[in-house]
Amino acid sequence: MNERVWNILTDSFMKILLPGLTMTIPLTVISFAIAMVIAVVTAMVQFAGVRGVKQLARFYVWVIRGTPLLVQLYVIFYGLPGLGIIIDPFPAAVIVFAINEGAYCAETVRAALESVPVGQMEAGYCVGMSYLQIMRRIVLPQAMRTAFPPLSNSLIALVKDTSLAANITVLEMFMATQRIVARTYEPLALYIEVGLIYLLFSTVLTKLQRIGEKRLNTYEKKETV
Amino acid sequence: MLEIRDIQKSFGALEVLKGVSLQVEQGDVVAILGPSGSGKTTLLRCINFLERADAGTMVFDGETVSMHRASHREIAAIRKKTAFVFQNYNLFRNKTALQNVTEGLVIARRMAKAEAVEIGKRSLDKVGLSDRYDYYPSQLSGGQQQRVAIARALATDPKIIYFDEPTSALDPELTGEVLSVMQQLATEGMTMLVVTHEMTFARNVSSKVIFMEDGLVVEEGDAKGFFDHPKTERTKAFLNHSNQ
Ligand SMILES: Nc1ncnc2c1ncn2[C@@H]1O[C@H](COP(=O)(O)OP(=O)(O)OP(=O)(O)O)[C@@H](O)[C@H]1O
Ligand SMILES: [Mg+2]
Repeated sequence: MNERVWNILTDSFMKILLPGLTMTIPLTVISFAIAMVIAVVTAMVQFAGVRGVKQLARFYVWVIRGTPLLVQLYVIFYGLPGLGIIIDPFPAAVIVFAINEGAYCAETVRAALESVPVGQMEAGYCVGMSYLQIMRRIVLPQAMRTAFPPLSNSLIALVKDTSLAANITVLEMFMATQRIVARTYEPLALYIEVGLIYLLFSTVLTKLQRIGEKRLNTYEKKETV
Repeated sequence: MLEIRDIQKSFGALEVLKGVSLQVEQGDVVAILGPSGSGKTTLLRCINFLERADAGTMVFDGETVSMHRASHREIAAIRKKTAFVFQNYNLFRNKTALQNVTEGLVIARRMAKAEAVEIGKRSLDKVGLSDRYDYYPSQLSGGQQQRVAIARALATDPKIIYFDEPTSALDPELTGEVLSVMQQLATEGMTMLVVTHEMTFARNVSSKVIFMEDGLVVEEGDAKGFFDHPKTERTKAFLNHSNQ
């Protein structure tokens, strides 16, 4: 590698990492937090079989999972202004990622809820608890334990998917890199560099997932009695 | 104290309970016997509304309710005065032994935590698990789990406890510890309705026996009479068979 390329890489490192820390991460965290709320609510109304609302939840999951994320971003950011609804790039990205991720995570949470044995619910009824009390104290915690690894996967996927927000002018890591490439004409080195930074983020999250799983495992750990 | 009149239940075309009636007085230990598939579990589940009967009336603690039309409120009120011990324990997997016992007190009955913990510990002590308060179900043997389930049932101070084959999921060497806890409860005057295949328990501990077959009560009576002088041919055959 020649010295010019090396200098470009070292110069650009902070210029890429900084939008990573100030844009990519907040975009991921905020979107995912909202997605989790959407996912749990969507999964619960399906699990409980609330009539009407359940069909609505199914419809939402069907539409969102059946259309490309990129198309959803374009509809919200470039399409809605046609109706006079103009949303800034960052909030527009948050809305799309939250709604998109929410649909996928809803399926994860729903499957996890269904994997909790019915006996848990029945035992709850028999000690006098109400449906909502049992959901909150017994079924949901067990389901979230089951859902934790696949939800972590979704989170890691989301970090990388936020690069699509470059398409709606959110100045996150990938767009920052594109700009530097436009100035320096070193696409190979720079795109590998930004790829490595995404890899770094994912690795940190994977580590956090491990720690989280270990803590959640307490009640499943078999100890010699 | 508990009276069931003419309870009926079908699953689709399959008639599982064809009009069962029974009566349990305070302090009674009633054993329900019968071959597999005779509807014993279904009967217990209908009595605690885990399954909705198609017809029948229940008189519980002086209140009369329809078994197929009982409201959520009526069901909730009845459940707060009863307890259920399942064949496969059904302990809350995400709660420790002590939390399993206190959950129904703190959450369902809004009891102060400290008081609930005290009652919870007393219940666990009673079933011989004073050294297992903070163990999760996955860290307990089957017999210990079932004893936690019994402690959970006791803690809510129920008027009656329903047991559905409490020992049949256990290894033979573990059934003794559970049966002796139940025997102790019987001596203390706890009212119990017990579906069981343990003939020795039925004979020695129960005060009354109900023999079911094919969704009907074939014979019932006090335990001694039932075992020593069975009235119907079916009962004789069943007893002979289970003595082998
Ligand atoms: N949820 C259900 N749906 C359909 N059929 C059922 C259901 N529960 C029970 N049955 C049927 O009802 C009949 C009675 O079942 P039940 O479990 O009450 O019998 P049991 O007397 O408890 O038998 P065992 O001694 O084997 O536990 C069986 O034929 C069973 O297959
Ligand atoms: Mg049964």
